[in-house]
Amino acid sequence: MRGPLRIWSWPWVLLYLRHEVLALPGRTAILLFVIFLLLFPLFTQDPYWLRVLTLTAIFALYAASWDLLSGYTGQVSLGHAFFFGLAGYASAILGRELGLPPWATIPLGVLLAALVGVLVGLPSLRVKGPYLSLITLAFPMITLGFIFLFPRLTGGEFGLSGLPRLGQSRLEEYYIVIFIFLVSFLILWKLGGSRIGLVFHAIREDETAVRMAGINTVRYKLLAFGVSAFFAGLAGGLYAHFLRIAGPDSLSLFNSIQPIVWSVFGGLATIYGPVAGTFLLFPLLDFLRVVEEVRMAAFAFLILLLMRFLPQGLVLAVLERLEEECPRCKVRNAFTRRRCRACGVDLHLNPSAEFRR
Amino acid sequence: MVLAGVLVNGLVLSGIYGMLALGFALTYGVARVLNLAHTAFYMVAAYTLFFLVGRVGFVEAAFLATFVVVALALCAYRLLLEPLKQHESTVLIVTIALALLLQELLLLLFGGQFRSVPALLPGFVEVLGVRVAQQALLALGFAAGVLLATWLLIKGTRLGLRIRAAAQEQEAAELVGISLSGAGYWAVGLGGLTAALAGLAVAPLANLEPHMWSPSLLVVLAAVVLGGLGSLPGALLGASVLAFAEVLVVNLVPGGSFLRTTVALLVMVIVLLLKPEGLFGTSFVEER
Repeated sequence: MRGPLRIWSWPWVLLYLRHEVLALPGRTAILLFVIFLLLFPLFTQDPYWLRVLTLTAIFALYAASWDLLSGYTGQVSLGHAFFFGLAGYASAILGRELGLPPWATIPLGVLLAALVGVLVGLPSLRVKGPYLSLITLAFPMITLGFIFLFPRLTGGEFGLSGLPRLGQSRLEEYYIVIFIFLVSFLILWKLGGSRIGLVFHAIREDETAVRMAGINTVRYKLLAFGVSAFFAGLAGGLYAHFLRIAGPDSLSLFNSIQPIVWSVFGGLATIYGPVAGTFLLFPLLDFLRVVEEVRMAAFAFLILLLMRFLPQGLVLAVLERLEEECPRCKVRNAFTRRRCRACGVDLHLNPSAEFRR
Repeated sequence: MVLAGVLVNGLVLSGIYGMLALGFALTYGVARVLNLAHTAFYMVAAYTLFFLVGRVGFVEAAFLATFVVVALALCAYRLLLEPLKQHESTVLIVTIALALLLQELLLLLFGGQFRSVPALLPGFVEVLGVRVAQQALLALGFAAGVLLATWLLIKGTRLGLRIRAAAQEQEAAELVGISLSGAGYWAVGLGGLTAALAGLAVAPLANLEPHMWSPSLLVVLAAVVLGGLGSLPGALLGASVLAFAEVLVVNLVPGGSFLRTTVALLVMVIVLLLKPEGLFGTSFVEER
């Protein structure tokens, strides 16, 4: 006689793995991806590969933070580099002026970014749609002007270089960044799937209706701005200390657009879409260094083609073919199954064929 | 003295920004495409002029450059943007990618160094006690002519009526028998045309380099938003407000050239915070 299955006991974990993770191609892919990231240094410790993967993880976090604000909540930010760059600069200046180590300055920079995120969110209470996007676009550009105006404090166009490193070796830095990335990814994903995430979705679709339902959208929009800026700042702080420079490039228009490209490429409002998009595109952009002259042109051309033919994003398009929703109970199933794994109904039941027969 | 300089330079710059902003507003208002590659088109026109001007005469070169850019705009709209109109964020990515692609192609073809086109009218004249290049005055006249012609086209012809109707209320326009896609093509073509003409006007005045599209894109976006997205007079007013703000800052503030775009954007933010739908805002935002 067996007792009830305790949650987080071994048998429970194994059953969960078999029925909830391995049963779906998408979740299996995420499990394999996490295992791959954690075990990667066992196969090779080539500094080039560690560097590329570390940078990719940082940018994936950045793209995911953009997705929470713009994909979920629909407040399209064209100036996300503001939070990214600000946290980097704040961490660099605090480290230089107060002599604090990175593990103290990065969190301070991140908190500053989150605070500023809420402040940037304040216009979103009055200004909507494309107008809001363009206001967010303005902030990094305005800051950039002041950075060039006060080179004494900010290092001007060369930026602040020689920041303290994150860890002693490339390997240590890799694990620090990967660990922070995975934890943040999990938090963002769970947040997106929670009740708060549901409200975010609803605000994007129809804000008036959400207000009618008695939900304080102001609070939720500011929350989205704050959380998104928090994680963008985290990525920015890690980036500055990994490359050991906080420069004006981190505030450039290109850096604001990068997370948008990756997110739209992967698939909006999914959190895993932007992460997958970054992990596909960023290393690719790096490989294209072998043909340095046409690198950006090839990259732009590729994005043009992909977006033209897969406008809803690559990951969503692939996932749509690999998984399908049960018509009766809405549980997702692998494409190989004939019957739903939860309710047993025939998945490929074609109503029109039935009718004809 | 300084004031006169500000006035003259501000007018020239307003003319150029005005042409760009007008084309951008037309494309957005009628075809509903936020075309971030708009200033890349203008850059392509300037470069084509630079490439052709030694080989054929100036007038032929100008016509060819205009033709190239209008064709480019129409092709991009037909092949890339029209099928994607439903996905607004995808349109943003595609137009940015297009701008980057054009930038990289120009970088491959012409290199990253500054280029310039010889002035059509060399020499200077005194206006209000300021030495002004004759070329700048020519550009100002040209811009005024283009803006006037566009205004006549929009306000005075049946085509203009169709375009305005499509911009104002898409469904009602379709109900009275206006082809939305036809109006969209006309608007994109006109947008490309004004971008090309702005490129021609700017080529002899400024240094050409493959990154010149992004600062002017910021100003155009700011101008269009300032005036209210989709409003043509608003776009023109926004463009001249920003042009004068830019010229004032560059002339009066020490280190002002760093703050060029900063000030333009600051003006935009302040106006939007006070009046969220822009100066001449229509109720686009309420559409669902």
